[in-house]
Amino acid sequence: MAGTDFNVKYVAHLARLSLSPDEEQKLGAQLNNIIGFIEQLKSVNVSSVEATAHAVPTVNVTRADEVRPSISHEDALRNAPKQSNGLFIVPKIVE
Amino acid sequence: MLNQLTISELTAKIAKREVSAREATQACLDRVARVDGQIHAFISHNDADALTQADAVDKAVARGVTLAEKPLLGVPVGIKDVLAVKDHPLNCGSKILGNFVSPYDATVIEKLKAAGAIIFGRLNMDEFAMGSSTENSAFGVTCNPWDTTRIPGGSSGGSAAAVAADEVIATLGTDTGGSIRQPAALCGCVGMKPTYGRVSRYGLVAFASSLDQVGPFSKDVRDNATLLNVISGYDKRDSTSVNQPVPDYTKALDGNIKGLQIGLPKEYMIGGLDPEVKSAVDAAVKKLESLGATVEEISLPHTDYAAATYYIIAPAEASANLARFDGIRYCARLDGADPIELYSKTRGAGFGPEVKRRIILGTYVLSSGYYDAYYLRAQKVRTLIRQDFLKAFEKVDAIITPTTPTAAFKIGEKSDDPLQMYLSDVFTISCNLAGICGVSLPCGFTTSPKLPIGLQLLGKPFGEEVMLKIAHAYEQNTGWHKERASIGERF
Repeated sequence: MAGTDFNVKYVAHLARLSLSPDEEQKLGAQLNNIIGFIEQLKSVNVSSVEATAHAVPTVNVTRADEVRPSISHEDALRNAPKQSNGLFIVPKIVE
Repeated sequence: MLNQLTISELTAKIAKREVSAREATQACLDRVARVDGQIHAFISHNDADALTQADAVDKAVARGVTLAEKPLLGVPVGIKDVLAVKDHPLNCGSKILGNFVSPYDATVIEKLKAAGAIIFGRLNMDEFAMGSSTENSAFGVTCNPWDTTRIPGGSSGGSAAAVAADEVIATLGTDTGGSIRQPAALCGCVGMKPTYGRVSRYGLVAFASSLDQVGPFSKDVRDNATLLNVISGYDKRDSTSVNQPVPDYTKALDGNIKGLQIGLPKEYMIGGLDPEVKSAVDAAVKKLESLGATVEEISLPHTDYAAATYYIIAPAEASANLARFDGIRYCARLDGADPIELYSKTRGAGFGPEVKRRIILGTYVLSSGYYDAYYLRAQKVRTLIRQDFLKAFEKVDAIITPTTPTAAFKIGEKSDDPLQMYLSDVFTISCNLAGICGVSLPCGFTTSPKLPIGLQLLGKPFGEEVMLKIAHAYEQNTGWHKERASIGERF
């Protein structure tokens, strides 16, 4: 199965990751090898086994819905690549 | 030399005012200036900031603050570049974060500061903690203090090398699949991954959220217990931290391990295990028996599947966690005609090859049509791996294994073969999948060249006391931890 339907270009697009043609070629080959390795799990009988999402099972950890102190506006914008008027500046999304 | 002291030794001297925190800090700064050019454990450090913190500690000592109030009085502690320290840079060993400066302290940093520690430097690591050699850092390779042509392990390679080279008294690292224990083993120090939920991860940049834990590196087991005392505990800002009382872990270190049952998993003593590593672990087993423990063979039947399970679950979680590095709120942004182009270009330029590999792998195993075949199946195998441990712990108090199959390998030896690199973590991965605790401590050296060998002890969930008790008894009856790397002596 590995190598036949793994399309590195398509998955990289899903991950919003631009790759050079060299990277596509190299990462594609390495990932095919790794996918071949993880295929071994197909030989484990997991029928009637529950999935573990967390080693310490916790469900719906909630907190009281009340206003608490948080970092300042200034601190939140401190690392912004582009900002103006106290806002993050991004490319136009809607024409 | 004050930088060579342990936490217990140094804090006793500072509390008695025999030495000042400033003198201790200066000794570490001098050592860094002398040897870090050869090791490159630090990405950056701010000496003036460290000395300012030290002066504050000295003032507190003059006012009469006690060791009971501040158990890390004047102790310089180095920090892996993945934990937020207010007003310090944070890069995760990556260039994508650009000139990021943390707006707040991680909970573990708040706790260290409250305990009187001096927070010093940003320690090198594999980018976003993905790697086993610290070769994946965008800031250059860290070298092993025992042999600078070799890797220090990873991903917390800077944290291990800094302690092994006596550049700081102790450090913090993080462990997702062995990233504390493996470098501790390869650099000859003590490194612990606490039980999942024992230590808050607030302010830790997430890699794989169901596996990550913060933990200490130190020169001996007692220091490790002291650091665990300080950093452990429930934190309402981390919903995965567990609300369970924190004992005084140093109280467990009484040297008495008579009657304790220790399991030796047969699946770990396998082909690929270096003969010198095997004989060091065999000798450790004999030593523990001579101290009154019983060692019996046990089986962890799903061990062979741990690496494949890990390399599905960890990349899957990473692909989701690293989506936040998109060039909008932080990061070195590359502009694009639309948001998608901006994200793709920023991420394509900012992430290194290993991070890209894992994001793509993680995206693939979570993608439509593959989720059940890979991710869900891996979560089920994870259940089987966890059950293996819980079943074993019905019979034994702790488990003993080698930490790594071999001693430190050469820089460049595995960097072109990601799969071989992944397999260097084969003994440490299961602990994270099962959510239990583990510690690595020195148990000998290879002969030529002389390189440290690590012994791994695994404990029950929240079983750090028993695990540390055994580690301490072994350490005090062998003394491997007292051997120091010869770095700097040739100058």
